[in-house]
Amino acid sequence: MKTNNTWSSIKSKYSIFLVLIVLFIICCIANKNFATIDNLTNISRQISVATILGFGQTILIISGMLDLSSASVLALAGVFSVSAYTSTGSLLIAFIVAIVAGVFCNMINGVMITKFKAPPFIATLAMMTMARGAALLYTNGQNIYQIGDYVKFGQGSIMGIPTPLIFLVIILILTWYLLNHTVFGRSTYAIGGNEEAANASGINVNKIKMKAFIINGIFVGIAGVLFMSRVNGGMPNGAVGYEFKALTAAVIGGTSFTGGIGTATGTLAGAFIVGFLDNIMVLTGVNSYLQQIVRGAIIALAVIYDIWAKTKRTKSKLGSIEEKK
Amino acid sequence: MLNCTKPLEGDEKAMNQDIKLRVSNIEKSFPGVKALDKINFTVKKGTVHVICGENGAGKSTLMKVINGIYKPDSGQVLIDEKAVDIKNPIQARSLGISMIFQELNYIPEMTIEESLFVGNWPKDKLGKVDWGEIRKRTIDLLRKENLSYSPQTRLKDLTVSDVQMLEILKAISYNSDIIIMDEPTSAITQKEVEVLFSKINELRDRGACIIYISHKMDEIFRIADEITVFRDGAVVDSRSKDDYDMETVIAQMVGRKLTNDYPKEKIVLGENVLEVKNLTSTRNFSDVSFNVREGEIVGFAGLMGAGRSEVMRALFGLDSYESGEILIKNKKVDIKSVKNSIDKKMVMLSEDRRRFGIIPVRSVKENTSLASLKKFINKGRLHKKVENKTVQEYCKNMNVKTPTYETTIESLSGGNQQKVVLAKWMVTDPDILILDEPTRGIDVGAKYEIYKLMTKLVQEKKALIMVSSELPELIGMCDRIYVMAKGEITGELTREQFTQENIMKLATKTK
Repeated sequence: MKTNNTWSSIKSKYSIFLVLIVLFIICCIANKNFATIDNLTNISRQISVATILGFGQTILIISGMLDLSSASVLALAGVFSVSAYTSTGSLLIAFIVAIVAGVFCNMINGVMITKFKAPPFIATLAMMTMARGAALLYTNGQNIYQIGDYVKFGQGSIMGIPTPLIFLVIILILTWYLLNHTVFGRSTYAIGGNEEAANASGINVNKIKMKAFIINGIFVGIAGVLFMSRVNGGMPNGAVGYEFKALTAAVIGGTSFTGGIGTATGTLAGAFIVGFLDNIMVLTGVNSYLQQIVRGAIIALAVIYDIWAKTKRTKSKLGSIEEKK
Repeated sequence: MLNCTKPLEGDEKAMNQDIKLRVSNIEKSFPGVKALDKINFTVKKGTVHVICGENGAGKSTLMKVINGIYKPDSGQVLIDEKAVDIKNPIQARSLGISMIFQELNYIPEMTIEESLFVGNWPKDKLGKVDWGEIRKRTIDLLRKENLSYSPQTRLKDLTVSDVQMLEILKAISYNSDIIIMDEPTSAITQKEVEVLFSKINELRDRGACIIYISHKMDEIFRIADEITVFRDGAVVDSRSKDDYDMETVIAQMVGRKLTNDYPKEKIVLGENVLEVKNLTSTRNFSDVSFNVREGEIVGFAGLMGAGRSEVMRALFGLDSYESGEILIKNKKVDIKSVKNSIDKKMVMLSEDRRRFGIIPVRSVKENTSLASLKKFINKGRLHKKVENKTVQEYCKNMNVKTPTYETTIESLSGGNQQKVVLAKWMVTDPDILILDEPTRGIDVGAKYEIYKLMTKLVQEKKALIMVSSELPELIGMCDRIYVMAKGEITGELTREQFTQENIMKLATKTK
């Protein structure tokens, strides 16, 4: 039984990577243009912004929350940042402005949820609408063009590695470190797994939730810089729907919406699964409406798998109790 | 006591015409506990049948079986000597069974008329809910019962006792033949008790039978025709009221043989570690004062709802209290949160392990280190080696049986989960441990291990508070016992005064 347990835990831990590898192989066979350096670099650029948002979502979902506002806040932070750059000419200031804007909006999310006990879904839904409105108000609905060197953030590369990919890796490592090697991470899992028990173990639940939103805010700010830079302008209407791409990556990567379960690497794998699928469907000329159906079906499958795995787990547990008798 | 093993047939049936409800060989187990063990009993038409027994004796479980909430593992329920298979409360109602629950479960936003007819809506020809009819019937009912509420009053605007009274009226309004009342008077005023009793008398005269669960001796002897005593999931005795007296009932309720297999050892008691003075929280308890000394195990006895857990929760910083003082090692402390309490080296094992004790989906290791993560921090980074070592050491100490420390805690047995929670608290190095029902829902072997751990802890000069509903374990393990009833301490007993009868008398004391 012992070996059985460890085997099943290994299986559930790494099954997502197995899916990713199988998918990669299938893609390679399906189209010879898939496994080229150019194409893979392209994929990594395409998924980086949503994946960075996905890491923030991962932390929030693990602690039993979520952020519907991330794409709108991204747009707001992005246009602030672009406009800071065009007026000061400093990339550093532009970068900092984006992060400050992201953190500020997410602190409001955090206050709504911890102080006023608003459900995260509603609180971030409100922020989603407000932040988008603020971005449009600030730019008067106009895109900001001619952003000069700002494009280096999203379009440049260092030693042949695209800069968005570098950001992606740094944030991946940061998320992984926070979740696995800090008190914050442990507390996050505990709160999502059972908030009352976490509180009864002396964890300051509100403080941890607030921190989770602040970290999410930093990621959203960085994603804002990368996005605007990639699209060559400050676009207040940009990145619509990216919050759902981010949630999709997290959910496919095994982050459980019931809380307490999820990993940074899982979300990365989830993002690549979606990226590979999107890419191969384009390469093989699948109808773009059909593509959308496939994307939706993948989410449904991921959730059904998550629930199925959970019931199997509890069933086997009950089974072992009966066995003992 | 009846011992029928096969359904009655033919002549026997005719002989038992006055029997309305028969329960035959009902068995029900929950993981780790046998809640009902071959229960047999009968209820006659037109009688009030009182069921009494300690907490956990199986009364409520049996009622839930009769009401279709639980499915029995084996055995039968017979109505009018015909076997029935009751799948859910709605079906139970159609068979003429209605139930008033001990714990109120109501939706605060519902209006009186909505709550009276929920699940039982009268419909018009088109299948639409007939709200006119509901309004009319509600007004009739309220007028008949002399209640001055509007049908549209929301339940949240009523007092708990009004809501309970409405529940009672609702159950009666179904015109059921069998009405189960699970401690109906625990939340209502004396005046309403009189109303309830006159209702019960009416129902009895009508020929209905009432199954009445209660702890309150004075009530039991006022209302009962027959009394059945439950203990440890089995029927002890069933007689008519005239053949019983209060002492016999109490003796039968607690009559488990006291065994000597509690690993209690004589410890020299030290200074006062914890002193609580006049702790009050108006809704839950008042004027609670007690003390605990180094090396002492202090018990808290009482029936369900006596306020024991509420006192402990306030002490531990989970709930707030309004007035009173808490002194730890003779110093006044202000406990506003669990963290305050842990910092003062006072920890609590909750009675509800699943809700307040464990993070089910996380590993044994993470659950064990959860309350003392700060100990493993080195420059902001969790020192995993130290953590692993500590977790292993404490889990071994607590004799936790787990395949690996990475196994999720939910896949362990109840006893092992409880030991992990204990290990979690031991890592914080506490002086005072509050153990609220530490052996609830775990098997006999694990119980004994918990007792041994308690003995070890007092040898290490810890101070222990043990809240328990199992009198034998309190008597076996404690140095002193406080008894609570209705939010107040009704007595303090020293070891030589420990008898189950003494405790029960204080626990059922009505002022």
